[in-house]
This record gives sequence, C-alpha cells and structure tokens, in this order.
Amino acid sequence: MEAGYVELAIASILISNFVLAKFLGFCPFFGVTRRMSDSVGMGLAVIFVMALASAVTALVYRHLLLPTSDQHTNVLEAWLGLSVPQPEGYVLVLKTISYILVIAGLVQFVEMVLRKNVPNLYRAMGIYLPLITTNCAVLGVALLNTEAWRDPANGLPLAKAAWNGFCGGVGFLLAMVLMSSTRERIAENRVPRALRGLPIAFISAGLMALAFLGFTKLFGISV
Amino acid sequence: MGLWKEFIQKPIQQNPVFVLVLGLCPTLAVSTSLANGVAMACAATGVLICSNVLISLIRKFIPNQIRIACFIVVIAGFVTMCEIIMKALAPEAINKALGIFIPLIVVNCIILGRAEAYASQHGPLASMLDGLGVGVGYLLSLGLISFIREVLGAGTLWGYRLTPVVLGGTTVIPEYTPAAVLGMAPGAFIIIGLLFGLFYWIGNRRREAARCAAVPAVPQVARDFPKPPKEGAEAGGPGRGRRAAGRGAAVGPSAQVLTQGARRAQGKG
Repeated sequence: MEAGYVELAIASILISNFVLAKFLGFCPFFGVTRRMSDSVGMGLAVIFVMALASAVTALVYRHLLLPTSDQHTNVLEAWLGLSVPQPEGYVLVLKTISYILVIAGLVQFVEMVLRKNVPNLYRAMGIYLPLITTNCAVLGVALLNTEAWRDPANGLPLAKAAWNGFCGGVGFLLAMVLMSSTRERIAENRVPRALRGLPIAFISAGLMALAFLGFTKLFGISV
Repeated sequence: MGLWKEFIQKPIQQNPVFVLVLGLCPTLAVSTSLANGVAMACAATGVLICSNVLISLIRKFIPNQIRIACFIVVIAGFVTMCEIIMKALAPEAINKALGIFIPLIVVNCIILGRAEAYASQHGPLASMLDGLGVGVGYLLSLGLISFIREVLGAGTLWGYRLTPVVLGGTTVIPEYTPAAVLGMAPGAFIIIGLLFGLFYWIGNRRREAARCAAVPAVPQVARDFPKPPKEGAEAGGPGRGRRAAGRGAAVGPSAQVLTQGARRAQGKG
C-alpha cells in the first residue's frame, strides 16, 4: 500500500508514537523532562537530527550496502569496482556499524555548522546534541526504515524516509512536552514517598500511553 | 578475594535497570514474555562481556579525545556478530519479537556506560567479571518484569498456559482472565513504575533502619514520632542517598529533622 505524507505523519506522530508506543528514546524522555524548556530544546534537536539521519541512512542503504539493481546503483561497485555480494549486499554485516557512524558524524557536523553559523540556536540546542548520538530513536528510525525496505513494495522513497524521520521527531517532541508539563505539575504536589521521582513519572507515562492507545486505527490507518 | 566479592554484589548493587537506570528502551519493549526477556538479556550480556574485555585490552592505546567513538565502533562490531548469531540460532518467533532491539544494543547505555565507567580503567579479568555481574543483574530485572507481564498480561509462563490450581478439592488459584493491557505499552510503563516504587520503598526502609540503629539509646517513641517542625518539611524523602542524588531528586530536610528530633528526645530522656 502506498502511504501518503499525511497518513505517514498521523501514523508516526499519534498512532505509533516513538516513545509511547515503540519504546524508543527513553533516556531523554525521563532524563531531560524535568523542565519544559529543556524538553522543547531536546525535542527540536531530535526532530532535526532524525530527519537528516533518516535521509542519509536511506542513501547509505541504497548506494553503499545494497548491490546494484535496476532502481539504484551501488557506488562501491560502480566507482571502485568492488564486487558486492548478491542479493543481500552488505546489509546484515555493515548495517549497524555504518548507521551509527553516520549518525555520530552527522551529529558532530550539525554541531559544528550550528556553532559557526547560528550561534543563538547553538546556545539553545548545543548541549543536547551530543546526547542525541546515543538516542535510540534516531538509530531506531533508520533501522525501522531499513526493515520496511526489505519488502520492495513497502519501501519508502528518499523524501518519504526523511518525512518519516521528521514526523517521528515531532511525535517525540509531543511526548516530551506532555511529559514535562505533567512532571512540572507533579513536582508541586504531594506524592507518596516511595513513588517520588522516577516511579511516578513512569506511571504517568503509562497513563499517557493508555491515552495514545486510543489512536489505534485512527482514520482507518493501520501501522 | 576482592574481585569475587565485588562480582557477587554487582547484580544487586549495580543493577542496571533499577539502580543505574540504564537501558530502559529494550527493557520495556521486549519484556512481553519471559522467553523474550531472557533472550534479550543474554544477547546484551554477551555483547557487554565481549566489549568490556576488548575495551579493557585496548584501553591504553585509545586516545582520550576519541574514546567514545572507539567504544561505539567496538560495541557495534560485537552487536553485529550477536545479530548474526541470533539469526542463525534463535527461534524465529524470538527474532521477530526482538526485531530492531538487537541492533539497538549499540546505543544501549548499559554497555557504553560500563565501557566508560569500568572497562576503560580496569584490567581484562575484572572487566569480564564486571560485564558478567551487570549482565546477571540485567537478566534478573528483565526476568522479573517479563515474568510479571507474561503471567498477568497473557496468562502464560514461558509459553505454557497457566491452569487453575486445585488442592484437595478447593481452588487455590482460580481461572484467570489475563489483562491484555499489561502486555501492551501502558502496562509496561505502569508495572515498571510500581516496581521502581517498591524498590525505593524497600531502600528507604533499610536506610531508615540503618540510621535508627546508628543512633543508640533513643526511645522508641521518639524514633517513630519525630517532632514535625512545620507543615511541608517532610516533603522530601529522608536522604534518598546516592541513588537519587544524580537525578536531582529533592533530598528533603527531614533527615536532619529526624536526627534533631532524636537528639532533643535524647536530651530530655
């Protein structure tokens, strides 16, 4: 089924939210949601990196890992004359390591560009950027896109892969904002002593996930 | 022997899930059944031990500035090996359930955390034992969570249906209709939250008992009812200790209040 942009957006923001339904990106979700400003900064940085990372890993997957086919050429094969094993290419062996290197490099690059060209944005987002390398939502969206490409009918073209990453980031931002506003309210209230801090945060995340469960099959979109 | 003693205490004292609060994503995602949880914990432990040993062996050659990148490359190599081994050996159902969480071991903070905090400063043998100890701790906590979720959420244990227990004509455990929500995302959050609460409660009680034992000759009454100085002072738990300090939890004033109250009572008595 060819999913349109709107369907993709609804699916990855609401129905299968990266944090609340797919269990990705918990370290920042519980780590930096104590203050609203922190979680907004982190969320924006994640949107940016996730969109870029899914586009770049899509390119890596097609032009470095997969062997040449009628839809795409393998750069190593075409330019360097290396023989890429058929039909899997290097996907199983080099997928994880190449993706994590690409993401780490990308984060470093974004940090440098921001520091040089947009100092204001860098001051707001800079401290969150290094943390994003080990955010499993970023690697997760690349791996999930790869899983989808296994089935050629299901694969997302480059623009849609980037859109999927962007929307995943928006879903992440939504979850972060909801969580930090809840935690700001909780902090002002009396909580049983044993549940203070992390336990009550988990339980409120559970209630939030319960609410998000209600989006299943929204507008007839199944994920 | 120091190394051995350290190893024995590690699964509890350095428990990755409940004490260090690391690696939560796979913990919540794969704990739908005991078999999945155990498989995930074994995969992560294998990677942890291998990467700890290798990083500890090459720790002297890694330049300090790029050590994190080196750690990630080492870990990614072992994760790829682990993924291939799992594909070859593990049952299809487990591979399907674990899905992307096997390659995601790369960004699992437990492994990077141990590499940074332990393996980069200790010898290979100590690092191996550290990996094994932390891995056993991970296995224990993942096993506990997935045991609860499988029994309550699916009504099965290790894939076998649980039947009502009848002892001598009386039904001890009646037929149970599983609560499917516990197998889904919300159940995972709530069960882990409650388990965290339980362990905090036990920790608080033990710390309090230790403090009371450390203040001798205090009348029991003073220990149980310290004078509340004013409303709201007890808002923070008495010294949640190192565990909570890192997360900025409010360490309340009532620790001092308690000892003050005890001292006052002591002076009177």
